[in-house]
Amino acid sequence: MLAFIIRRLAQALVVIVAMVVLVFFGTHVIGDPVWMMVPGDATQEQIEQVRREFGFDQPAYIQFFRFLGDVMQGEFGRSYVHGESAITLILERMPATMELAFAALVLAVVIGIPLGLFAGLKPDHPLSRGIMAASILGFSLPTFWVGLMLIMLFSVMLGWLPATGQGTTVEIFGIRTSLFTLDGWKHLFLPAVNLALLKVSLVIRLTRSGAREASLQDYVKFARAKGLSPARIVGVHILKNILIPIVTVLGLEFGSLVAFSVVTETIFAWPGMGKLLLEAIQRLDRPLIVAYVMVVVLLFVTINLIVDILYSALDPRVRLTGSQA
Amino acid sequence: MSTTAPAALAPEQSPFRRFASRFAEDRIAMIGLALLAIIIALAALAPFIAPQNPYDLARVDIMDSRQPPGAVAGEGFKMWLGSDGVGRDLVSGILYGLRISLIVGVLSGVIAATIGLVMGLTAAYAGGRIENFIMRIVDLQLSLPSVLVALILVALMGKGVDKIILALVVVQWAYYARTVRGSALVERRKEYVEAARSLGLSHARTMFRHILPNCLAPVIVIATVQTAHAISLEATLSFLGVGLPQTEPSLGVLIANGFQYMLSGKYWISFFPGLALLVTIVAINLVGDRLRDVLNPRLEK
Repeated sequence: MLAFIIRRLAQALVVIVAMVVLVFFGTHVIGDPVWMMVPGDATQEQIEQVRREFGFDQPAYIQFFRFLGDVMQGEFGRSYVHGESAITLILERMPATMELAFAALVLAVVIGIPLGLFAGLKPDHPLSRGIMAASILGFSLPTFWVGLMLIMLFSVMLGWLPATGQGTTVEIFGIRTSLFTLDGWKHLFLPAVNLALLKVSLVIRLTRSGAREASLQDYVKFARAKGLSPARIVGVHILKNILIPIVTVLGLEFGSLVAFSVVTETIFAWPGMGKLLLEAIQRLDRPLIVAYVMVVVLLFVTINLIVDILYSALDPRVRLTGSQA
Repeated sequence: MSTTAPAALAPEQSPFRRFASRFAEDRIAMIGLALLAIIIALAALAPFIAPQNPYDLARVDIMDSRQPPGAVAGEGFKMWLGSDGVGRDLVSGILYGLRISLIVGVLSGVIAATIGLVMGLTAAYAGGRIENFIMRIVDLQLSLPSVLVALILVALMGKGVDKIILALVVVQWAYYARTVRGSALVERRKEYVEAARSLGLSHARTMFRHILPNCLAPVIVIATVQTAHAISLEATLSFLGVGLPQTEPSLGVLIANGFQYMLSGKYWISFFPGLALLVTIVAINLVGDRLRDVLNPRLEK
């Protein structure tokens, strides 16, 4: 087990270093980092001065090690739109994104698992066919357009829910959150539904195929022969056994929820780090873009690592086949 | 599986006809195929059937802007789906937009498939370090969500059709490479490869003329799914304002233009282009779903 964890840690480190190299190439070799420092209307002399001051006239490998050193210390320079440290800005906005992604994940599970169980246990029921057809539609729907339609329907036409912002927030342990006010919940609902939509289809499909497989197993037949109630068979025996793959996939998908929140946050004006990234892209605020990329890569690698280790703890086969390769 | 069987031994049906009749067994897939054919025809014929050329500034009248569906334009034709913020007829806008969305989606898919095929085949055929190296890049690529990678790439490169195609290629090729490698690994161990090699054929010829044709079935399935994905991703990027410029209004650009008018209840500017996008993606996915069933060797017989 320890050897497995060490090997996975080493792989994670390789991924991070690879991303640092890629980002370095993107900003220092393809693009000119001087533009990260000077305002758009700087004169030629000012540009040359900054170039010398920050060592951008030095050979690429020396610059790379300096960049690496900065990254290790979490130093990405100042955002030149906000004038503050880029990494601080990202971290300030992170809780709002996490809140949204987490709410979407919970929604996906709460909606997806019951529907998937139904479709898996009664595959020939007309409702099951409807659920599966809807899940194909769910895969096909462009997220951003659904977001617009949700605003159209629930905010503009019906006027039930607010369309933009985070609503009334409460500060808890220094983190602003909308989870503790009714107004906050109202603001959270639409973006969370929007973000959850893609994952609902995924959860339905996973649960359905898991339930179909599990319901043919001997332990289910035995439980039925023992005279257990159907509710208990489904709720305890089947659900328990199909939860492992679902939890694993959802863990991995959490990262993609964070990534997709760029779209959702922009539509619903949700003040998270995705919206910050898009604003940074539109204003070419490169320090902010670089900081965002590194934070998200770190997040991804960490999630993948945790899921891998948990999974191998739950299912020893993963560990064993891994060591042969 | 060979398509070059001598005529005398050929079964009554050619493999393609057998495939076509199996595909046609599913009614929903046929509806998808018909829809897709109509959409492609509409996009191809846009300059001839659209009531207005939305690029021609001389024919776009600002007085027609934000008209609801069914209004009559200054030039006298009826705008069935209304008009957008600068007075373009939405039917015409959607037809031209479909064209751009389809071209970008298909072109990026073809380039990505070509790169992926070469990389996947090379990995499977060469093995060892080359395979390890290629597959590590593929793993790295696949572990990051495509929307984020594309967004960052376009952010660094700037706007434009060529740049967005490049970004879509970068996020897609790894799927093809992984798929091709998987099936090429199986094919490589078969006897016909050994036969080809002992006949003295070059590595390149063995790879591309003998192994490649036998790996194409899963690639076709992936290609449908990926094209739908690419079209959706392009629309997303364009909606976010980092994709195609206003001068090349794809469906995503049209939807983005309607966003600002939506809170005042002018739903049609965003609604109809989105509907066109949705129908296109659903049609491709329906065809892809059926292809997966028909081409899957495990389900045959």
